[in-house]
Amino acid sequence: MAEVATRQRHHGVNARRRRRLDVWRRVVFVVLGLFFLTPLYAMAEFTTRGNGENAPRTLDAWRQIVEYPELTGAILTSLELAAITSVVMLLLLVPTMIWVRLRLPRMRRVVEYICLLPLTIPALVLVVGLAPIYLWVTYFFGDSPLTLAFAYVVLVLPYAYRAIDSGLEAIDVPTMSEAARSLGAGWPTVMWRVVVPNIRPAILNASLLSVALVMGEFTIAQLLNYQNLQVAINLLGRANAGVSIAVALASLLLAFALLLVLSFVGGGRGARSAVEKG
Amino acid sequence: MVDIDIAVTDDRPGRGGRRLPVHWIGVVPFLAYTAIFLILPTVIVVVGAFAGNGGGFSTENIRQLFTDVVWIGFWHSVVVSGASALIGAAVGAVLAYAVATGRPDSRFRRVVMSVCGVLAQFGGVTLAFAFIATIGGAGFITVWLQQHGIDIYANGVWLYDLPGLVLVYAYFQIPLMVLVFLPSVDGLRPQWREAAESLGSTTAGYWRMVAAPVLAPAFLGSLLLLFANAFSAYATVAALINQGGTVLPLQIGNAISSEVGSASANYAKALALLMILVVAVVMTSYALLQRRAARWLR
Repeated sequence: MAEVATRQRHHGVNARRRRRLDVWRRVVFVVLGLFFLTPLYAMAEFTTRGNGENAPRTLDAWRQIVEYPELTGAILTSLELAAITSVVMLLLLVPTMIWVRLRLPRMRRVVEYICLLPLTIPALVLVVGLAPIYLWVTYFFGDSPLTLAFAYVVLVLPYAYRAIDSGLEAIDVPTMSEAARSLGAGWPTVMWRVVVPNIRPAILNASLLSVALVMGEFTIAQLLNYQNLQVAINLLGRANAGVSIAVALASLLLAFALLLVLSFVGGGRGARSAVEKG
Repeated sequence: MVDIDIAVTDDRPGRGGRRLPVHWIGVVPFLAYTAIFLILPTVIVVVGAFAGNGGGFSTENIRQLFTDVVWIGFWHSVVVSGASALIGAAVGAVLAYAVATGRPDSRFRRVVMSVCGVLAQFGGVTLAFAFIATIGGAGFITVWLQQHGIDIYANGVWLYDLPGLVLVYAYFQIPLMVLVFLPSVDGLRPQWREAAESLGSTTAGYWRMVAAPVLAPAFLGSLLLLFANAFSAYATVAALINQGGTVLPLQIGNAISSEVGSASANYAKALALLMILVVAVVMTSYALLQRRAARWLR
């Protein structure tokens, strides 16, 4: 299969040109690979430096992470924020999107438009308008950094919407719900026991994306004066660069791992549903 | 929730007549939430930009935009975003072509695309720190080059200034370019090249007469997307450049921090409005160019 496709693709391209192209491609990949890997390596190198000119490598910076309570507190805050944001996002988005598909098709474009809107309104602009709203949020919910979840749900909307939408696109929601309804199921049963189990991978995708986004969020937290992981890393960077870069690297690796898992899960599912459709 | 007879009339979507209000309850939580935390903040920015300190309509905040400080920050932002978008688009297009000429279903291509997806999202404090660890004063490349007699900062430290910002931004702009531009490169059919060659065209001729015109709208569109992406980025520049309002996002950040109790309560909103306007114009042009580019993707 693959070879046939490749041969067709390059049919008529003579062998010499192909060889030259291959050399050129390899140069491109190596040079850009170095550009992208170097800063990551530099972080690892920086966090394992010993004190002094030729000191041996040490993991002191990594061990010291636990000695900064504001840092461990911020890590906890960000993890809690990630969990709350994912849950609120799912509770808000999944029923709405199913409902709109089933009963309010005219609203679909509106919901889509609203969900994709945060892509064109920068977080920096959003935070300017959120500042007065957060005076009220603080009044009702107290001055906890966890209230950031309200804003983070909006930030993750476009990514979560796309993930869940592609999940719903791959199954036949109306037929499923009609079948369940004709057997006497109520709307809550249709949603939580019929549709949701069928879009589980999409829900996982949306949640992982939200977690990755929240763990890396800085703009809104800093400008609303709340401590989350990135704000703490930034503050600590002035005092102890080694430790803060160690935490930054760790949070980065976590986000990479989440998103890589996701891209392979997503890719596999996409490929399968394409086969089913075709 | 809704009584069962509605299910019978389900094949007439949107024709509920007097039942419509019952349907609408389903979207109320979503609409209410986004109204408060997405629409209202945007309205506050736009309205606030035209509001005086004591309320009422005023163009005072807008007039405050026409000062040298704002103009310099705005201009710096345009230069940094433009330069990083140009570099990102050019290098990203080369990388996209290198990816597109490989086997379309290979594991390597999937890995490259996954990594690009991750790196395009990568920014902020961590990215700034990564570059400080690389070419900062004690960065390992800086030190290594010094040991070999090369001082990259002979003419002053540029990492914490606009050139450094361009370099750091390139790190997420290049992968973003690959993501948005690759579908267009994939759309280049080998048959077009064969057709051009059978009509006597050279490789250069094919690129100039066929490939470049086909790819141009997609390339320009991607360039605009990259520009908007850099123009509105805040976290990276805030972590890299500590003080001063050298670029528009930093000026907005400073204005928010100092807004409470200050004489010009709506200055941040006027600056934010300026950013919305630029991003809106750029993104609208992007959407138009994407539509033009989609012609060749069928």
